[in-house]
Amino acid sequence: MTLITTTALTKRYPAGVTALDELTVEVEPGIVALVGANGAGKSTFIKILLGLLPATSGAASVLGLDPATEGPQVRARVGYMPEHDCLPPEQTAAELVTHLGRLSGLPRVAARERGSEALRHVGMYEERYRQIGGYSTGMKQRVKLAQALVHDPDLLLLDEPTNGLDPAGREAMLELIHRIGTEFGISIVVCSHLLGEVERICTGLIAIDGGRLLRSGSMAALTVDRDVLLVEVDEGTDELAAALAARGLRVSRDGRMLLIASEGETADEDGTADLIVATVADLELPLHRLDRQRRRLAELFTTGATDAERAPANV
Amino acid sequence: MSEATSGVIHDIGYRRYVGVRLGRGHLWRSMYVHSLRTAFGFGRGVKAKIFPWACTGVVIAVAVVITAINSRQEGAGTYPEFVDSMGILAMLFLAAAAPELVSRDLRSRVLSLYFARPVRRPDYVLAKFAALISAVFLMLAGPQLIIFTGAAFAVDSVSEFRRDLTDVLGGWVYTGIFAVVTGALALLVASLTGRRAFAAAGIVGVFLVTVPVAAVLNELGHDDALDKLSGLATPSWLVMGIGDWLLGHQGVVEDIGGFGAVYGAAGALLVAACLTILLARYRRVER
Repeated sequence: MTLITTTALTKRYPAGVTALDELTVEVEPGIVALVGANGAGKSTFIKILLGLLPATSGAASVLGLDPATEGPQVRARVGYMPEHDCLPPEQTAAELVTHLGRLSGLPRVAARERGSEALRHVGMYEERYRQIGGYSTGMKQRVKLAQALVHDPDLLLLDEPTNGLDPAGREAMLELIHRIGTEFGISIVVCSHLLGEVERICTGLIAIDGGRLLRSGSMAALTVDRDVLLVEVDEGTDELAAALAARGLRVSRDGRMLLIASEGETADEDGTADLIVATVADLELPLHRLDRQRRRLAELFTTGATDAERAPANV
Repeated sequence: MSEATSGVIHDIGYRRYVGVRLGRGHLWRSMYVHSLRTAFGFGRGVKAKIFPWACTGVVIAVAVVITAINSRQEGAGTYPEFVDSMGILAMLFLAAAAPELVSRDLRSRVLSLYFARPVRRPDYVLAKFAALISAVFLMLAGPQLIIFTGAAFAVDSVSEFRRDLTDVLGGWVYTGIFAVVTGALALLVASLTGRRAFAAAGIVGVFLVTVPVAAVLNELGHDDALDKLSGLATPSWLVMGIGDWLLGHQGVVEDIGGFGAVYGAAGALLVAACLTILLARYRRVER
């Protein structure tokens, strides 16, 4: 089943800003990262999916429903965690989450039970009768997550859930999201401007920039050819490049360094490294350096960059 | 902290919800009940209860005094007169309750959580309106019940009891009109700002600043249309005019002449206008 489908989804604001430009994506169940810089259109995308904003053109489908015409039905089955502060400081977490559970259609008693349970799942059980105004940022983020979870949604839309958290808090939040996606069996779309942060917990990825789709797909498909070996010899660089190419490796040159992608059938990294060492030995060249270089996933989305243009990054 | 948290999650496990999911009526009732409780500070800290209950307490105390006086002598005033004399307290109550109901939601942006649910925007507005009206009605009509109960113990005949009953029902109708007109206005003013202090000042301003305007108009006119219609300039006098028209209750404007229907229409128009603006405003907020 496809969770979310959009076809040529476009949103232009009256001021002339194009937030989404012909966005066509398909989201499969799992944990999907929606990645893009601030202002790339992530929040607009989510609001259209929730049926809060009408699209200028194009179509969207969420859980088989059209958010433009079946907004309430979509919103009954989706949990949303906004990016901004949205918690009333004078209420207790228990009261707020219970009330919001009722507003998702849960009867009184069920809302109270599930409210407590949702707060327990996010680790806020002990503090739930305290006023939200006294919470730390990390606790508030957890309450925001709990309210998205209270009505047992089929899909969670999380907008920058790690915003404002310290490194430990980020780690805990990501761990939590991972558990919800795997153990709770709820599909998640998580927005972030930090690709490196979400890439570990996601099964799929959508990258947008300026409202346009840069790339989308499953994590496995996107990371097939992400590893590069870096070779530097004191002399005979051209010779080595030719020899390596002759052995069927994809070689590109970056100054004095050679970058060799370990891909396809030669994806076995150690095999490739062995092959390079053997080649260098055959040519009797002085090997200066042989490094494994993990390409940051982000580089996959820098449009028009060739292998040689990518800045080397040490692992 | 993170380790303890993830441990907790792991141990308990997640249960899917398989029960019933209720519809629009349930959502509306939930918002209405929650808002009505909020108006009196229930479910909040002690601080939130002080002001609404101070106002309500004074109204109750006055009602108890009136009941005591009534038991000794006849005719300490009609129910609509009671409402008029409590008008200032009702206004203070509105100035506290209306911002509590709507300004806070705007300020905290919790509306984005409401509207990301199946809640319909007009339902939100109407639930808040109904809750505010109910709160004002309760704080004014409850004390009238005390007066009525006191009077009911003192009746000599069934016909006298009937008259008392008609009186209190008339008083409640008048209270209802008062609550609807002032509630609509207060809710609109409160919805314009997320800051409760500004909203409260705005509400007090609308109710108080307009009174001298009406009084000046009333002075300028000499038993002519200007005099008779001067009550249209301020909400509380407008309500009195409607009371005069429907119940024969005499307000500050001594004689509204044949303009009763004008007062009625003005009241209806005011409420309709406030609600229209509110609904339009909430179509756009938090999207």
